[in-house]
This record gives sequence, structure tokens and C-alpha cells, in this order.
Amino acid sequence: MAALAPSLPTPVSRSPTLLRVKQAMWRHPTAIVGGVVLLGLIAMALLAPYLGTVDPQAISPVRRLRQPSSIYWFGTDMLGRDVYSRVVFGARVSLAVGLSVAVLATTIGLAIGLVTGFIRWLDGMVMRVMDGLMSIPGVLLAIALMALTKASLQNVIVAITITEVPRVVRLIRGLVLSLREQAYVDAAIASGTPTPAILLRHILPNTIAPLLVQGTYICASAMLTEAILSFLGAGTPLNIPSWGNIMAEGRSLFQLANYLIFFPGMFLSLAVLSVNLLGDGMRDALDPRLARNM
Amino acid sequence: MSAKTRSALLALWFLFAAPAGSLMVPSALAQQKTLKFVPEADLRSLDPIWTTAYITRNYGYMVYDTLFAVNDKFEVQPQMVDKWRLSDDKLSYTFSLRDGLKWHDGQPVKSSDCIASIERWAKRDALGQKLADLTEGWTVVDDKTFTLKLKKPFPLTLDALAKPSSNVPFIMPERVAKTDAFTQITESIGSGPFKMVKEEWVPGNKVVFVKNTDYVPRQEPPSWAAGGKTVKVDRVEWVYIPDSATAAAALNAGEVDWWQMVPPDLVPLLAKNKDIKVENTDPLGSIGILRFNQLHPPFNNAKMRQALLYLVNQQDYALAIAGDPKQGKPCPSFFTCGSPAESKVGSEILTGKRDLAKAKQLIAEAGYKGEKIVVLSATDQPIVHSQGLVTMELLKAAGLNAELAANDWGTLINRRAVREPIDKGGWSIFHTWLVGPDMTNPAINYPMRGVGEKSWFGWPTDPKMEELRNAWFDATDPSQQQQLIDAMQKHAWETVPFIPTAQFVIPTAYRSNVSGLLISPVAFLWNVEKK
Amino acid sequence: MLGYTIRRLLATIPVIGMVALFVFCLLYLTPGDPAAVIAGDIATVDDIERIRHQLGLDQAFLPRFWVWASAVLRGDLGISIFTNLPVTQLIAQRIGPTLSLASCTLIVAVLVAVPMGVIGAWKAGKLIDRLVMLFSVAGFSMPVFVLAYVLIYVFAIDLDWLPVQGYVPLQDGFWPWLSHLILPSIALGTIYIALIARITRAAMLEVLAQDYVRTAHAKGLAPSAVLMRHALKNAAVPIVTIIGIGIALLISGVVVTESVFAIPGIGRLTVDAILRRDYPIIQGVILLFSTIYVLVNLAVDLSYRFFDPRIQY
Repeated sequence: MAALAPSLPTPVSRSPTLLRVKQAMWRHPTAIVGGVVLLGLIAMALLAPYLGTVDPQAISPVRRLRQPSSIYWFGTDMLGRDVYSRVVFGARVSLAVGLSVAVLATTIGLAIGLVTGFIRWLDGMVMRVMDGLMSIPGVLLAIALMALTKASLQNVIVAITITEVPRVVRLIRGLVLSLREQAYVDAAIASGTPTPAILLRHILPNTIAPLLVQGTYICASAMLTEAILSFLGAGTPLNIPSWGNIMAEGRSLFQLANYLIFFPGMFLSLAVLSVNLLGDGMRDALDPRLARNM
Repeated sequence: MSAKTRSALLALWFLFAAPAGSLMVPSALAQQKTLKFVPEADLRSLDPIWTTAYITRNYGYMVYDTLFAVNDKFEVQPQMVDKWRLSDDKLSYTFSLRDGLKWHDGQPVKSSDCIASIERWAKRDALGQKLADLTEGWTVVDDKTFTLKLKKPFPLTLDALAKPSSNVPFIMPERVAKTDAFTQITESIGSGPFKMVKEEWVPGNKVVFVKNTDYVPRQEPPSWAAGGKTVKVDRVEWVYIPDSATAAAALNAGEVDWWQMVPPDLVPLLAKNKDIKVENTDPLGSIGILRFNQLHPPFNNAKMRQALLYLVNQQDYALAIAGDPKQGKPCPSFFTCGSPAESKVGSEILTGKRDLAKAKQLIAEAGYKGEKIVVLSATDQPIVHSQGLVTMELLKAAGLNAELAANDWGTLINRRAVREPIDKGGWSIFHTWLVGPDMTNPAINYPMRGVGEKSWFGWPTDPKMEELRNAWFDATDPSQQQQLIDAMQKHAWETVPFIPTAQFVIPTAYRSNVSGLLISPVAFLWNVEKK
Repeated sequence: MLGYTIRRLLATIPVIGMVALFVFCLLYLTPGDPAAVIAGDIATVDDIERIRHQLGLDQAFLPRFWVWASAVLRGDLGISIFTNLPVTQLIAQRIGPTLSLASCTLIVAVLVAVPMGVIGAWKAGKLIDRLVMLFSVAGFSMPVFVLAYVLIYVFAIDLDWLPVQGYVPLQDGFWPWLSHLILPSIALGTIYIALIARITRAAMLEVLAQDYVRTAHAKGLAPSAVLMRHALKNAAVPIVTIIGIGIALLISGVVVTESVFAIPGIGRLTVDAILRRDYPIIQGVILLFSTIYVLVNLAVDLSYRFFDPRIQY
């Protein structure tokens, strides 16, 4: 797809990427808002035991389906578990899924993309495999992978990561292919610089920006995918709460106990929204022309 | 805009506008009375002998008929049979079929059809196998009469032929019944009150039946699976709606007429609607089961299993499963409460005050060294899953090293078949539930069996239990039968093949213009009318 | 152009072959299989073994793969283990609803999103642009099934304007068919609308900054003509790209939507098959999906030429 190769930022080598990002983000308040909210949610997840919660897995069939009150701030679910505690602890799982998948997918995608963009004879084969993976609808692939193994947090993360890697590979490969044609890279090859050095010194720094941005979108998408997997019965094990599976478990009761969907849904949307805003802000800050291709 | 764009738009317009002429097509179906029923599951297999799945059994009741059937007093009544006779030496039964019995393709039902069907059924069903073991032979006397010769008197012969739940000895045409019992049949030719419209079957969504106008119902009023099966609608559609919130909404909106199994929590949603009635039409309900793996530690030790008897609180399980005390209650019996076989012997063990100290004592006596306990659960089956969670709490409270393995039902079914120890993919406890009719007597109560490898998953070996069970088969009068059942229960409190967790009833809901629903453990669709 | 098309079509074959192999491997490695599910609750371990043998599930990998692959090449996708019906028949039955849902969603999404993006770009920075951006981010942030439930509650139950669930084939009437698809299309389309609007706006912004647009304005061309004739056409390439990529998103969302609205489509068929381990269906459907995806991407690539004659193949 010739049209998809992005036009590049002119290679900047003086100010480090992170500093540029920070400076530019001050001009984009939405990114700040996104970042702050995200940090807030992460803090909530880490401090969960101290936020007035009880054991999120403690069941009590006698106290099932109580409406939100002063004792049960978000009510209780169909097994008598405190929804507030489950939502707060649920942040751990949902954010863990989002962040892990983002980190893993970008790292693996970067590695594969760099290699395949640079080493021509690998390119054809690897891209066929990536195309094949991309052509299987993500949710179906994730469900199939989950059905293959037992339901656990790690397996959900791996399953979703596998579905996100091909897109990152595509992105990086496209960048590498264009960067490779640049004069200074040609010069480096001509002067005999070993390939790993070229990759690390010249190519890699220019991939960081779009990778960061893509990473935020992957994080958002992974959190939503986890919710969908839970809905279809192939997500994280139900006793460990995540925003997705709290909603999935309580979905048939949404007309009677809408707090079961409302509270986790609100937090999930907030998390996804903040990550998206962060990503948008970062993208606008780094290079508005990237917007065309993301 | 360019000519290209214009023509593209025009094409799109025609694609959608042209059929608009058929806006409100008065379909020929509108004249017929169609009953839209939401069944408990999706129909997959059409062979009620090959599978024990309840949905296939329900389908079987629509298109097939049985020789005998059980009524609401647990009495065996003739159904396809008109007259029958037992010889004085109790070794020979003679059956003659009613008049007017026809297959859906118009052919008359013959004796050879019945015999072939029973033989096929006997190859798969436990009670049928027992009958087959004692059968000397079947003989065709003429097209409507046939005899069964036994080696020994078998008082349960007619009960076997009237078995209400899986596998039901449905009668099929001979050529179909000659199919190997381990190969699925795909045809749907029966002699029952409905005919299946196979062309309109969409697996996962819709099964369509029409009234069998050739069916001759019996004269007696309907009672459970016995009596006259008079169909009072023209067409029945089984509309499978997997999402229960959607099903509730559909019933509220009148898009469907009858919802077979309403999750108890959703009842308030429907109760608000004055056009909907919510009732319990199932007299026997279902029993939750906690099953042990007796091949490996720790539950290969009877004392460990007994310990759990003092921890299990059936009220907790009942609430967790059914949500409402009206829908779920304790049933401290290894046989279905509310059935004649219900035994009260030893039930204090489960109904008395819960005794954590006694449980811990038994655990110590058993020599428990902290072996890992894996509890299998299925997150897509709420009844199974809620039991699993309650059990986990219980095990933790007793200080046992327990782990929950919650996957989907398909994984659970696969894993429970594994006989290896835990570290090789085995299991310690799993949960499931059985419908009341499947636990009403020792013949069909398969969780009670103790035949080692040939037993149900969990594989208990209990020669004494088998001895009592065989004695029950030979018992000649009801009081002797009841004594043996009591003895089996007393023994079960010691060997604990499983623990019944609760008895629950799943309500049914229907629109107020629907009437004639039968009180029965299976949702039958004859006798139901729609105004 | 023709040469390019043929080369691309040939290139899809190894991709599809790869997918077939991958899916087959995935299922082969699955611990557990349909045998136990088929055997039912009362089965013994022997029963399960017998069924497993009957279905050929105990054979080695290569013979099984070879049998299946050669059948596929003949157009035979096998027989569903649970319903004993040919997979091709099941797919044919269920593809209608999914196609209807997908095309309705696509049309709704494009018709709503592209104008949204264009307007946002045109009035960049003003309130309406902010609203467009806000909606497009918000649209991304809610899981499909939550939105679906809210829609059912408001429009089907409270207001009673539309049916709750189900699917009516087109030949049974246009309005019944459409009315059953409106809510699912909105639920499913929201994410798509957000995505397309975003990309449209970004692409339009870039194009509107170009010199030739300023020239067109200076020539005295009306703003709408500028937008339609110059800007949109040039922005078309990334917009069409995202529509193509979004097809995969669509299929993921279709699965959930079909579950909630009880639409008998392919998405639900596949999920059920996966959870039950009905191998022939899983293999057949995933193969079908990837073929569609690959062909759609080819169509998208070819359409670039239509929008931008400079692109040479």
C-alpha cells in the first residue's frame, strides 16, 4: 500500500524525543487531561486495598443484589459481592491488560518491524504471516486462543497481544522502508556501519514517536477487547474482577441492577477516553501529519 | 456531480427502494396460529438416543412418541400401546399398538419399528441395558402386536419403556432405528404430535414445527408425558435467544409468547408487565451436584468427603443458584425431594447446624497434608459457576488448599474426563446439576453408581452400593424398595459419592393470551393454546 | 493495472494458505475436543474415546490436515460435528443477516462520519469541530454491548419504536428488515463513525492547507465546491484505507451485536463453534473471513487508482 507510508518528520537529532513531547504537550491541554486521569486511575488501582474496600471475592448470597447505599457504595452483585471493591480492584486487571498489551505489542512489533524492514529476504515471508494474522478478525482469534488455553490473566494478555502485533509491524516496517532510503542511512551503510548499529542509531529514534502514539491506541483497544472477551465468555476468570467481566456477569440484570453495568462501564470508558486523549495529544504534539495515517 | 456518481447513487436507491413495494406483505403465515417459544438451549443434535442433551429430548417429545409414559402420579400409563398383558410367570409381555398410528411420511407404525427402536435405545441407556441383559428376545406377532420374553422377572420393564428423561425410548421407523447406536441419525420422521419443518431449521436460531394432522391423541386428559397429546396451535417456532436480557425484552414486547427458563433474577422484570404470567410449572425442579474425584487425593479418602458434609450449607447454595427462597431450597436427600423415592434417612447431617470443628476433625483424621484441591467451574453456566464459588469459600474457611479453575463448559467437560492426578491436568471437584426426573430412583440415579471405571466422572468404587442397587431391582414390593433406598442413602452418607447442594426450580413465563401449559418436569407443547 | 491485479490475487493464495494452516494447527493443539461435549453428561471415558475415534480426532496431524485441505480445494468445507449439516450450508444460511448488518452499518457510518469529518475540518477550531472530536473520541470509548443495551432499553422498551431483537429477511418486507437492523447498526456503527470521522477530519485538514485549495478559493469557487471537488477527492485515499482496515473491526463488533440482538449471523455461529470446539465450522468460517478481508483490501488498493490517478501500479 504505497499510499500508507507516512511522510516523515525531518530527522531531528538534537533535542531528545521525550523533551519535544513534553514541550509540545503543554500546548495541548487535552493530552494533559488524559494523562492526569490515567495517572489517577493507575493510582486507584495501586492503592486499592486502602480505599475503603473489602475482599472483592468474598461472596455472601444473603446480601445479593442490594442497591447502592451508604454501606455498599456501588451495591452488591448476584453473589453478594461488594461492587465498589470489585470496581476498584477491577482497575488492576483492566489497566494491567491495557498497559501490558500496549508494551508487549509495541516491543514485539518494533523488533519484528525493524528486522523485516531492513532485511529484505525476511520481509516477504514475515509480511505474509502478518497479513494472515491480520486477516483473522481480532476477537475471533483471541477467543480461539483463549479456548486453547485455560482462562487466566496472562493468557488474555497474550491472546490480545497477538492480535495487535501485526498492525505495529506494518507501521514500523513502513517507517523503516522509507527511512532506509534517506541519504544519511545510505551513507552509514556505505561506510560499513554494521546493521544493528544503523538500526539502533538512525532508524530506532525516528520510530519512537509514532510507536508511542500507536501504543496508547493499543492500550485503549486492549481494554475494550478484554470487555468483549468477557462478554462472550472467554475473558479473565470471573472471580478476579475486571471492569469487563463485572459488566459481562451482570449484563442480564441491567434493567434491575443497572449499577452493575453503570459503574464499571463508567470507569472503563473513562480509562479508554483518557488513554485516547493522551494519544491524540501526543500525536498532535509530535507531528500533525501523523494524524493522516493513524 | 459526475455522471459516474449519479449512476452509483441511482443503483443504490434502486437496491433499497425496489423492495419497498413489498412494504407490508400480508404473509400467508399470518392466518396460522404460531406459538413462539424460547427454549432452554440451542438444538444441535436430532438424535435423542445418541445424546442425552435435554434440548434434544424436548425435540424428541415434539416429533416422536413412546410406548408408555409416566403421569403426574409417577404411574406408568400406556401411550402408543393400546392393550398389554403380562404372563402369569411374569416372564412374557404382550403389547398391541393403538389404531391410527402413522409416521410423518404416511406409513403406518408397525411392531418391527417398535422393537428396533427399543433395541437401539437399550444400547445407550443404562436402564435399557439392564432390560436388554434380562431380555430373552422380542418377537413380532403381527403388524400391531409383539411380545417381549425375559430371562428373569423384571418389575421395572414398563418403567423402563416409560422413562421420562434422557434417554427417552422414543419410537422411530425401523430403517432409522437400525442405524448404529453410536452414529447420529439426521432424519426427523416420527409419529409424534408435531412434524419438524427441516427446510426452515436455522441451527443456533430457529426450529420450526407444524401440527401433525394425522396424529390421533389418546382420550384421557394430558398428564406429564401421558394422556392425550392434543395440539391446539398450527405452528410452533423455537426461537433461540442466547442473551437473557434480550429474551426478557422480547417477551415484554410480545415478540415471543413463552420463555421456557427464566433466570430467577429477571422475574421482577416480567412481573411488572400485566400481560405476562410467571409460574413454576416444574414440580420436581433440579438438583445441584458437588462431585468428587475419588481416584486421587485428597478426596479418595472418605473422611475428607464426609468433612465437607459438615461444611456445606444448602441454604447458601440455594440462594446463590436461585436467588429467591421461593425458587430454591435445601434437599438433603440423594434422591429427588418430592418424588416417591425421597429418603429422609440421615438428612440431619446436612440440615443440622454447620459444624466447622467436626469438619476440621475429620480432615485431620483423614491425614490431609495440604494437597492441592482443584475445583472446576464453568463461567458460561451460572448455575455451575455460582456453586463453584460457594464451594471455594467453604474450602478456604476450612483451611484447605483450594484453587478454582474457571473456564467455559466445554473445557470443564473435557477436563472432568481426565483420570490423571492434579499435576497432569486432573481435578478434585466439579459442579453440575441434574433435573429431578433423573434422580428419582436407583436405576437412573447415575451419580450414585460405584462401578469404578465405568461410573460417572469421579469414578467411585462402591461394591456395597451396587449390591443394594441390584437388590432394589429384584425387590418385589414398594415397601421393600423403599427400605433399600433408605439403606442406599444411609450408606451414601458414609461413602459420599456426591453432595446434593440444593433443589431449585427455574420459573417459566408466558404472555397472558397463552394458556394450557402443563405442570410437568419437561416443557411439553401440546395442549397449549394461543388466542 | 490488470497485471497488478493478477499479481495481487496470486499473492493472496499463500496468505490464505498460511491462515488455513495456522487455524488448523491452533485447533489441533487444543487440549480437549468436541468428543466430550458430544458424549454428554452421563458418558463414560470409553464413550468419549469411541466418539473421538469415530470423528477421526485421534489421527495424526498431517493426514487430518491433508484430508481437510484437499476437501477445501474441492469446495467442501466439511460437516459440522454437532449438527451434522454441511458447513457451507450453515454459512449460506447465516451470511445473509451478517452481510445485511455489516452493509447497513457501513452505509450509516460512512454517511454520518464523512460529513462530520468534513464539517469538523472546515470549521476547525470552532465549537462544532470540538464537538465532532469529542464525539469521535467518546464513540471509541464505550464497549459495544453497553451501548446496545442502552439503545434497546430506550428505543425498544421505553419508547417502543423499534423491535428488540431478531432478524427478518429482506424478502419478507423492506421495513421489517430495516427496522430490525436500525438499533444494531447504530450500536455497531458508533465506533466506526468515530474512527472514520477522525481520519476524514485529519485528512481534510491536511488537504485544505494545500496551495491548490487556496487557489480554488481565490478563483471564486464556492466553499462547497472546493470541499467536494478538490479536497474530498484528494483526501479519499486515507479515508478509503481506514474503511478497509475497519472491516476487521466491524467483524469483531458484529459478533457482540449478533449476540445481544439475537441476529442469526456468522459472528455468533463462529463464537458458538469455538466454545463448543466444532472444528469444521471454525476452520471454514475463519478461512472465509480472511479471504474476504484479503479481497476487500485488494479492492481498497485498486480503488486508490480511481481516486488518485497519479498512483501507478
